[in-house]
Amino acid sequence: MSTAVDPVLVLVLMLNFLVLGTSRLRAAINASALQGAFLGTLVVLVHGGFAVRPIMVGAAAIAIKGIIIPGLLHRALRDVAIRREIEPYVSFVTSLLLCAVATGAAVLFAGHLPLAPEHDGSLLIPASLATVLTGFLILTTRRKAITQVVGYLVLENGIFIMGVSLQEAMPSLVEVGVLLDLVVAIFVIGIVLNHINQEFASQDVDQLDKLKE
Amino acid sequence: MNEFLLIAAIVLAGLAGVPGLFRAREGHAAERLFVGVITLAGVLAGTGAIGTLAFGSSGALTAAWPVPGGQLAVEVDAISAMFVLQIAVLAVLSAWYGLEYWPQKAHPTNGRKLRAFYGVATAAMLLLVIARNAVLFLVAWEVMALAAFFLFTTEDEKPKVREVGFVYLLAARGGTLCLFAMFALLAAASGTLSMDGWPLALASPLGNAIFIVGLCGFGLKAGIMPLHIWLPGAHANAPSHISALMSGVLIKMGIYGIVRLTASCALPPLWWGYVLIGLGAMSGVLGVGFAIGQHDIKRLLAYHSVENIGIICLGLGVAVLGRSLGRPELVALGIAGALLHVWNHGLFKALLFLSAGSVVHATGTREIDRLGGLWRRMPRTGLAFLVGAVAICGLPPLNGLISELMIYLGLFQTSSEGGGTWLAGALAAPALAIVGALAVACFVKVFGAVFLGEARTVDVEHAHDPGRAMLVPMAVLALACLFIALGAPLVSHVLDTAVTAWAGGSVGTTAPLNALAPLVWVSATSAALLLSLLFLGVRLGAYMSRREFKKEVGTWDCGYAAPTARMQYTSSSFAATLVGLLAWALRPDTHAPHLQGAFPATSTFASHVPDTVLDRGLRPVFSVAARVFMWLRFVQSGNIHLYLLYILGTLVVLLLWR
Repeated sequence: MSTAVDPVLVLVLMLNFLVLGTSRLRAAINASALQGAFLGTLVVLVHGGFAVRPIMVGAAAIAIKGIIIPGLLHRALRDVAIRREIEPYVSFVTSLLLCAVATGAAVLFAGHLPLAPEHDGSLLIPASLATVLTGFLILTTRRKAITQVVGYLVLENGIFIMGVSLQEAMPSLVEVGVLLDLVVAIFVIGIVLNHINQEFASQDVDQLDKLKE
Repeated sequence: MNEFLLIAAIVLAGLAGVPGLFRAREGHAAERLFVGVITLAGVLAGTGAIGTLAFGSSGALTAAWPVPGGQLAVEVDAISAMFVLQIAVLAVLSAWYGLEYWPQKAHPTNGRKLRAFYGVATAAMLLLVIARNAVLFLVAWEVMALAAFFLFTTEDEKPKVREVGFVYLLAARGGTLCLFAMFALLAAASGTLSMDGWPLALASPLGNAIFIVGLCGFGLKAGIMPLHIWLPGAHANAPSHISALMSGVLIKMGIYGIVRLTASCALPPLWWGYVLIGLGAMSGVLGVGFAIGQHDIKRLLAYHSVENIGIICLGLGVAVLGRSLGRPELVALGIAGALLHVWNHGLFKALLFLSAGSVVHATGTREIDRLGGLWRRMPRTGLAFLVGAVAICGLPPLNGLISELMIYLGLFQTSSEGGGTWLAGALAAPALAIVGALAVACFVKVFGAVFLGEARTVDVEHAHDPGRAMLVPMAVLALACLFIALGAPLVSHVLDTAVTAWAGGSVGTTAPLNALAPLVWVSATSAALLLSLLFLGVRLGAYMSRREFKKEVGTWDCGYAAPTARMQYTSSSFAATLVGLLAWALRPDTHAPHLQGAFPATSTFASHVPDTVLDRGLRPVFSVAARVFMWLRFVQSGNIHLYLLYILGTLVVLLLWR
């Protein structure tokens, strides 16, 4: 494992705060894209040394998480002509505080986990848990469908970090993680956004409760 | 070698229906391709099975599989081979039958779906019986169960079909849950997910728990009373060739599981045998009892599946008793009877479902009381049904007799033991006799009401025999029934290898079946009976046509001035006595009019035998449960954020658990 892993993870954690703290959707998308790109480099760094397979997986992760999905999101943003997340359920300041608490809790909690010796002291597991919790925070506190997708991406990034920590033991897990991103790209954006737009003329997921039985 | 044939067959069968999905809704090409590929797969699988039965098993084939605990381990031994052969024969014949019975042209919406899942179900069943790893077994089991769900609900636009489909799904889920528990216990006791660890696990203190859970899981699929809830409805509402395949082989997968489980236990406790014999006797007697009360010909046949599963369980029980007592002749007669009855039931029940299917195809109704007089209009179908009926009743000269004879002999052999074993044998043998007698009564009712007498409705008037694609599979099945009966001494060699595979040397060497049962005599007598029947028939026919006393009159025309078809015995009036005798279990619904005076007004009579376990037991319980759970509906607010919070809460609780 390269020594550059922990600095990259710190950047990932900081991007969590940026996604959560900004009200501009464009910035949130860009932050999640940057986070995805960092994860791509993480695959290579964790492996340490030069090998074809991690590089290909990393490149795929960067392409999908860093370029394709954000590109699609930007396009969706242009189509529906919205700029800002207004009136989240929990205010931006409070959600930043919650994120800080979650990050601290993740670090504390990871310390109590019976980890493999090579992960002891590394930021991999705490960063993964913190990112998952941040993703959940975004998903539960924001109203716009696009923010929901961003939240899901962040959540997925957290799972990806967890997968990276198991890369040596189960290489296919990471690759499956990349595939999961493809599902997001195709399914969530293609279908959900379009349909919400057509059926309800609104991008608020609040309106989804009309679908309730 | 044989394993490779089987794997090729599984791949072919699994993909057989796929090209059709990409074809237009109309047109023959895809369905012909499907039947061709299924036939090829069947031939490959059959060759593999016969090769194993003739030359012995060629050992397990293993490959790594990245699934945790999984291993691609397959092996064809004599027990697997018997099931493989049956799957292959019935899958091919039913597919051919489907070419005319369920053509793409007549069923543009569901024909492609049906063929795709038909192939998948066949492949999954083939994989199931050769799998030697718990994960592989469960995967095959689940694929089979789900594919069967889509086959049962082929006509999912009908509410009744959806309803029975959900009952099936519920039972299948319950069964799988039991199997997960069983495999977990097996793995815990043996430390491995390979089936090689089973003997070790079953000998451990957990053995009894494993047996009970496994019996529930496999019994739900096999339809052992009282776990048969899904079976009558699902079989009645599926297309007939699907009913034939499902009744012929799908429910046998449950039996396969029990056979495999008991084969792995070197010294089972005596009560395992008692439980199997008790369940077998109950399924047998009540299965045929419910069958007598039915008015729907396919529902009736489905209850007969419950009955025959009961007979198979009796045989298994005898074999397990033999194993606990160290009596090789009990083992041989019991397991050979059970496995041969698996074959026999597959053949004659498929034959019955296919011939019932051509009746339904020709008349458009499954109600026995709307049919009648079909013998003259559909003689070939009638003959096929007659052969199936004689076989299922266990009468000579057909195959049902052979397997039931072995089980009878096994039950009689228990009389030399003391105590409970003697009692079990002494109670089960009469139960088997009652089953046989009731089955005869039931098929006299069906055959009489459907094929003899006068047509009861106009639907029947223009009925005629189906074409070759439907008749040939029926003829093949009828000939197979006859072959097993007349060639019993030969078939017994196959059974000997299966007995050895099941016993696995646990009770010493078993004597060959030909020495244990008078199979040569039975076959010779059957042949003599058949020949004399043929001779008599030909002579009588010649005599009747020579003399000029042929005259066209209606059946039951005995001197009435104005007879009508409604004067005939109906299926419910014929069965009334027997249903009355069994009313303590059947609980029939009868809506009889209250007649008063010399000239009572017009009124109606209806009788109906609902399924006691499902309609009187489970449904009320579930509707109460549904009402209770309505209180929990506030949880479903429709707010997506709240749902996500539920997930988060669950996650946090799980993380903080310890």
